[in-house]
Amino acid sequence: MEATVLKAGFDFTGIYGFFDDLLPESLDWLAYVIAAVILGAVLLNAIIISTALYTWFERRVLGRFQSRMGPNRWGPFGLFQPLADLIKLMTKEDTIPEGADRPVFTLAPIVFLVPALLVFSVLPFHSSSFIGKLNVGLIFIIAITSVNTLGVFMAGWASRNKYAMLGAMRGVAMLISYEVPMGLAVVGIALGAGTLSLSGVVLAQNIPFILVMPLGFIVFITAASAEMSRTPFDIIEADSELGAGYNTEYSGIKFALLQLNEFMAPLIVAALVTTLFLSGWRGWGPVPGPIWFVIKSFVIVLLLLWVRATWPRLRVDQIMGFAWKGLFPLAIINIFAMAVEFQVLRDDTTGALTTGDLWIMAAANWIITIVSLAVIANVLGQRKLRRPEPVPSQLANMFADRPAPESATQLSGEVD
Amino acid sequence: MYGLGLAKGLVVTFKNLVMPSRMVAIQYPDRKVGLLGLAKETGTNPLALLFKEPGQALKAMAGMATVSERLPQHARFRGEEFTWYEQRCTGCASCAKYCPLGIIEIVTSESGEQVQEGQKYNIDVFDIDIGRCMFCGLCVEACPYDALHMGSGFEEGTYRRADLVINKERLMKAPKRPSPWFRPQLAAAHFDPHKAKEGQDVEWSDAGRHEQPTLEEQEDKWAKR
Repeated sequence: MEATVLKAGFDFTGIYGFFDDLLPESLDWLAYVIAAVILGAVLLNAIIISTALYTWFERRVLGRFQSRMGPNRWGPFGLFQPLADLIKLMTKEDTIPEGADRPVFTLAPIVFLVPALLVFSVLPFHSSSFIGKLNVGLIFIIAITSVNTLGVFMAGWASRNKYAMLGAMRGVAMLISYEVPMGLAVVGIALGAGTLSLSGVVLAQNIPFILVMPLGFIVFITAASAEMSRTPFDIIEADSELGAGYNTEYSGIKFALLQLNEFMAPLIVAALVTTLFLSGWRGWGPVPGPIWFVIKSFVIVLLLLWVRATWPRLRVDQIMGFAWKGLFPLAIINIFAMAVEFQVLRDDTTGALTTGDLWIMAAANWIITIVSLAVIANVLGQRKLRRPEPVPSQLANMFADRPAPESATQLSGEVD
Repeated sequence: MYGLGLAKGLVVTFKNLVMPSRMVAIQYPDRKVGLLGLAKETGTNPLALLFKEPGQALKAMAGMATVSERLPQHARFRGEEFTWYEQRCTGCASCAKYCPLGIIEIVTSESGEQVQEGQKYNIDVFDIDIGRCMFCGLCVEACPYDALHMGSGFEEGTYRRADLVINKERLMKAPKRPSPWFRPQLAAAHFDPHKAKEGQDVEWSDAGRHEQPTLEEQEDKWAKR
């Protein structure tokens, strides 16, 4: 019985097939439900437990980046800290502000969480896709991660709090702006891989796409880290400006859900970047695919943490300018370059690219990346401030015609 | 070059991550140590520790063992407990008179000792309310016989205000580790109360700037003129 499950591989078809054989013909639907529930439970628990561990990891590493210790009191190396946080949040009073839009207020954390969890359902952790072999995986991911924006606005609007409202409004502006370069970066991947299925994207990466289209990688990871709204893009919940932004009024279990989503975001981004740019579960040697996936995701998570620990928050106008004047043109350049190379290099009959073609594209794209980054930086970057000579005000110039008092000249002479 | 500042910032935080010497946090009141740290702290080698105290060693390997850690203080730190030598004290109550807050209470009775020197009193009550003390040290400066010294501790937190009043018994019982603040004779001897171990207390005879006159000396001075 166990052997059958193992042989079938831990994916939907395998488990469904196992229960389908077990149950009579008339109960096919039950086999379907059982398989879905089993896989869903395993996946949800895996994600949520790893998110809980990740909160500990993030706080420890962030502490070390900032010359602090991070949580280290409760349990070995502070490992039980997520548990303590969970108990604390669960036992806190769950308040709803007077005059809040109660249904929307209650629904917002769920609207936050569900899309984040759904992203994992189509990610291939293994050569036999984990849950869904969706043939439009790329579009699904872009669509489902946009729902986050709705959650932000629901939370901010329903709270009946000015800080929450302000945070939600500028957050929505930012999230929608960064959707554009993110989606455009994904177009480059679709061109390179020739498919929209995530398993197909992984299989197409004989060379990891980070080498083939570095520009797409830069645009995607920047836009994605803006999507998860953490420093340097944390204007949604800018602590020093807005209290806590959209989650100002949340407490108890609802706040726990919001926090869960916030800490899950880097994991999602890392998993996405791994799938799209670092050739997913593919690796070398006897190490199994899921392990490769975790290792690559871990590297990306560390990169995101490093950036979070270092760079300060951008101003609202700088963030919007960066999206529309910086990332948007870069994404367009990336698509254009990919399209031209695809048209030139592809096999005329099948439309497929060989590994050799990918290497040629990589060489061309690295040059394009460096040049376009330099150009954009020079357009966007602050020029040397050529300030005009300061014009003294009328008030300061009042005594200009009079000789300076003797004591003053003496004093200045002493200083010199 | 554009972006150089961003890269510099990344380098700084990366150095923080990989260089343990950059972590400046003091883990008051205790610090978690691993097996090596515990061995270093107890002055044994890790293997010996593993055999001698397997419980402690396992705890250390799980990251649960702690050793106490304090912020290093200067020797002249003016601490909360006062050090008082009843042998040196004459009950003149200079400290009480000089205290700007009036929190030192001294009740004395006549003893008939050292009448010629100006009478030494029996001290019945010597209370210092450190709950209201601002540790200015004027009482210590005022003491003509170097009987009162500033202390060296900083962990006198209590649950009741009344416990903050240091009385005579407590002063007599307390370990004699005075702060060398305003006591050049202690500073000259390089006495550091924070490094002094058990039994390295300062005796009353070493605490003053000059010896207390013996009976013969007093007779020489006052009676045999």
